[in-house]
Amino acid sequence: MTLALPRTAPDQSPLAIRGLTVSYGEQPVVFSIDMTVQDGAMTAIIGPNGAGKSTLLKAALNIVKPLSGRITVYGQPLAQQAHRIAYVPQRASVDWDFPTEVLDVVLMGLYRDLGLLGRVRAHHIRQARDCLARVGMEDFADRQIGQLSGGQQQRVFLARALAQKADLYLLDEPFAGVDAATESAIIDVLKSLRAEGKTVVAVHHDLSTVRAYFDNVFLINRRKMGEGPIAAAFTPETVQATYGGRLADGQISQLTMGA
Amino acid sequence: MLLDALLLQIGYNATLVTLGSAALGLAAGATGTFLFLRKRSLVADAVSHATLPGLALAFMLMVALGGDGRNLAGLMAGSALSAWIGLLSVSWLTRRTRLAEDAAIGAVLSVFFGFGIVLLTVVQTLSAGRQAGLESFLLGSTAGMLFSDAILIAAGGLLVLASALALRRPLLMVAFDPGFAETQGIDIHRMDLAIMTLVMAITVVGLKVVGLILIVALLIIPAATARFWSNRADRVVLLAGLFGGLSGYIGAAISATAPGLPTGPIIVLTGFAVFTASLLLAPGRGVLSAALRHRSHQRQVHLRQGLLALAQDQPVYEALTRRLLRRNGLQRADGVPTSEGHSRAAAALRDETRWQALRSSAHLSELSARDDGLTLILDVLTPDQIAELDRRIATAPGTA
Ligand SMILES: Nc1ncnc2c1ncn2[C@@H]1O[C@H](COP(=O)(O)OP(=O)(O)O)[C@@H](O)[C@H]1O
Ligand SMILES: [Mg+2]
Repeated sequence: MTLALPRTAPDQSPLAIRGLTVSYGEQPVVFSIDMTVQDGAMTAIIGPNGAGKSTLLKAALNIVKPLSGRITVYGQPLAQQAHRIAYVPQRASVDWDFPTEVLDVVLMGLYRDLGLLGRVRAHHIRQARDCLARVGMEDFADRQIGQLSGGQQQRVFLARALAQKADLYLLDEPFAGVDAATESAIIDVLKSLRAEGKTVVAVHHDLSTVRAYFDNVFLINRRKMGEGPIAAAFTPETVQATYGGRLADGQISQLTMGA
Repeated sequence: MLLDALLLQIGYNATLVTLGSAALGLAAGATGTFLFLRKRSLVADAVSHATLPGLALAFMLMVALGGDGRNLAGLMAGSALSAWIGLLSVSWLTRRTRLAEDAAIGAVLSVFFGFGIVLLTVVQTLSAGRQAGLESFLLGSTAGMLFSDAILIAAGGLLVLASALALRRPLLMVAFDPGFAETQGIDIHRMDLAIMTLVMAITVVGLKVVGLILIVALLIIPAATARFWSNRADRVVLLAGLFGGLSGYIGAAISATAPGLPTGPIIVLTGFAVFTASLLLAPGRGVLSAALRHRSHQRQVHLRQGLLALAQDQPVYEALTRRLLRRNGLQRADGVPTSEGHSRAAAALRDETRWQALRSSAHLSELSARDDGLTLILDVLTPDQIAELDRRIATAPGTA
């Protein structure tokens, strides 16, 4: 699944990170990370629990403020390009008993269009419904979000990101705890985004599907442990180094061998 | 008498108080909803208690300058200033130290309130002849409300309300998903500060009517009440405004019917009565509706069991089940299913098989809580999720 794309230079990259360090309190959670996301490709961020994957995404979006580091988006500072990024947070990060319906959540993706007081017009609603249809949830627009399954919640989050019409999609564990139908619905949407020339970066927890879903990997365990096309960077050695003793040897070679 | 009060027929002062209270309740209810949904109700408690030192100091300052110490606008300004300092203290303690927010709230609330009480005592000894009556701001006192006071309260309340409504979109986004809101260019810290500032303004506006101890009830109870009635945040805001306004109006009218009935506490109790009524009667989340649902649920379960028995050619043992089947035209008196009974039975069996498969599926089983014998699985899953279940059923014979 490697594309024969030329490697993207950092000043063209949808997301280029240099020397990023983030700490909560005095403990650095990610330390001196460099990352260059390849344009038009799908990249998996992998690493064990607590490795700092979510923190890396949040720092790239300036949701958590880094101690040091420089972040450029399509060669320019984040502040000027933030509208080109769509973020799908970890599903567990919000309260699903919040009084809101599915369509309202998707409409949040249009905030940059709507602004503080702009009226929600018919074409906004249509756009939101189209995004719901793209994730197979068009019949669920009027549901209270608390009634959805985990997979359906994840799809709603993805629909909200689609509504932003972004060029770069950052997803935090979009496949965690979702059913098989949702997993394939989500990967179909992500691949269709790539086909449109968009760039996708997803934190991914399931090593067995990395090869089938992604073009590139970024391995992290507090520090950068590897980066590059699957064939070169997703090897038993790099995975072993990233996960330490947490995976058995047989398991690793099985997971990283080409199918 | 109460009817006269509700129709604003018992005097000028009572009318002022009633209308002022309604405006305050409306503004507090709607504004408080944003705080409630952000799950930061307690901060309002700290802010309101932190008004007391400023109130007392403003009084002293105005007297020292030779003015009337009880000028409401001056007292409001002093309260706002000290509430603002209290708010910044909570925010600073939470962000710059390892103290959790609840501890910071506890510390600020008690220190400011204690200091305020000391100052109140000083005021009482200073102006013994003057009878400052500042302690009436603890629980509110509407006895000598002036026309200008009522205008100040109503105008202040409506200004806060308008500001909160103008900010509703970012406020709700921050409450639901702060990380995402940040990526939309919304400054979370500024929004939190904005809502706290509005809460502070409500507290100050409400000092005269409900007092600083009870204002938090006026901010939170309407929101909690409205949550029973709607699953959409914007409607919860509107309903909370409505409930708050009604509580203010009715509570003030009740307290006007007899001398010595304190306005603030009666308003809060009225709000609580609306809350209790909602708790019992609201559709969906209310207690009564839950009980009714239980009864109808019981019947549906019987009907469902009967249909499944029919589908599998088993006898129906329970009399209630047989009666329900017959009453719904699914089974004839001699126990033979009607043609509709046949098709409903087949549909029930198909649905049941899918629920069964869902229960054993790794990621969908969380939805099994929604299998109440009443909900069709078609309403719960997307078509591709159902297709996935059917594939699983087809490849694992014996589940049917
Ligand atoms: N808000 C926070 N405050 C303090 N520590 C945090 C916070 N968020 C995450 N951490 C810690 O930082 C580390 C990395 O977290 P995270 O980025 O969520 O890892 P991952 O997503 O790779 O599982 C963990 O040890 C976690 O406990
Ligand atoms: Mg994470």
